[in-house]
Amino acid sequence: MTEDMSEATTHESWIGQLDSYLDGELDSGQMLQLDRHLRGCPGCTAEALRRLQWKRAIRSAAQCYVPDPSLRERIQRSISPAKPAWWQWRIAFAATTALLLLFAGARIVQWEIVQSNQHLVQESRIVGELADLHVATLASANPVDIVSSDRHNVKPWFAGRIPFSFDLPELEGSQFELVGGRVSYLEQSPGAQLLFRVRKHQVSAFIFQARALPADFVEAEEMDARSFHLESWQHNGLQYFVIGDVAPDDLHALSSLMHNKN
Amino acid sequence: MCVLEERSSAASFEQLALPLLGPLYNFAHWLAKNREEAEDLVQETYVKGLKGFASFEPGTNFRAWIFRILRNTFLNSRTGLKGVTVPLDLSGDDVIAHADLETPETILIERASQQIMQEAIAELAVPYREVLLLCEVEEMSYLEIAAALAIPVGTVMSRLSRARRALRKAVEEKLRRSSP
Repeated sequence: MTEDMSEATTHESWIGQLDSYLDGELDSGQMLQLDRHLRGCPGCTAEALRRLQWKRAIRSAAQCYVPDPSLRERIQRSISPAKPAWWQWRIAFAATTALLLLFAGARIVQWEIVQSNQHLVQESRIVGELADLHVATLASANPVDIVSSDRHNVKPWFAGRIPFSFDLPELEGSQFELVGGRVSYLEQSPGAQLLFRVRKHQVSAFIFQARALPADFVEAEEMDARSFHLESWQHNGLQYFVIGDVAPDDLHALSSLMHNKN
Repeated sequence: MCVLEERSSAASFEQLALPLLGPLYNFAHWLAKNREEAEDLVQETYVKGLKGFASFEPGTNFRAWIFRILRNTFLNSRTGLKGVTVPLDLSGDDVIAHADLETPETILIERASQQIMQEAIAELAVPYREVLLLCEVEEMSYLEIAAALAIPVGTVMSRLSRARRALRKAVEEKLRRSSP
């Protein structure tokens, strides 16, 4: 009697686990135990099969409602990431193009400003250097290495000292007087410095090879530096500078004389 | 949230949620018991899901998350507000001693048509119907059901047990009434 009761209790406890077993909710240890019990207990096995059939019947009956295709479309429309309309694409394209053009324009302007500034910097640096050379010459006890007012003496003196040749103008009858000349350096390149006197003022004329100057150097015809006036021009690959504290007209007159000769 | 993030989030939501349209609609139909209301429920669920998708933690159970939205949407609907109470007549013993019942399942199932089974499911109280459907049709684990219905796992087990018992009783009753 006691054994029967105990067996019934055991069966009840196994059957009590059947739903969890069929729902796959038992842990692996409990599953193994129940599996083992079912293999040896036809009553519990039959009950497990009945419950399994019941589960299948519920599933088969309850899986019966299918959404209408129009519902899928409506939902898809309501949750899909918004796609821009054709006119929005065009606006976006136009805006992007405008931005790119604006950016490119800004870059070009910026580049031009930088280039222009670079030219100005180069010019002011070169002019400053020439002004320094001129001042140093005026301050020197021996301002020139060849002292002569005769252009036929001065020009040959430069032969072999500088890598180019030039002509000196005939100054007879003009207000200008040739003092002499010396070798000078600009941007590590040798050139000729000629010193002229006009009344009580002295004017330097510098001649360098144009290629010795920075590639982006663009000479201004007339410039001022530290109250000196300067004129420059380029001819036959040579760069000419005339600098002094004389009136611009005097400077121009000397420049014209030299320009005509070269 | 920037436009790109929004679009990426909407795309992820669409990817996760659209494959669940069939199961969600089936569940919604069983809850609402009519097509129009089920469609409204599902559509509202998707809209709410998309809105609240930022609160969904990646790596957690998306299916349970969206079923929970559907179920909450239903509970707040007119139909849902009517029938969510758990009937007391089935409370008590959680263990169904099927072997003691009069009709064996094999015969019962053979005799019960799909229509009788469907009517019996539809007559179940909502708390039993939903737990039964999520377990038997959606094959959710007890933990998933607990997450979807926002109830403890123990409650899932007891409701499931009662739901099965109530269903069997209802099917038997219907068969008895239909037999000559």
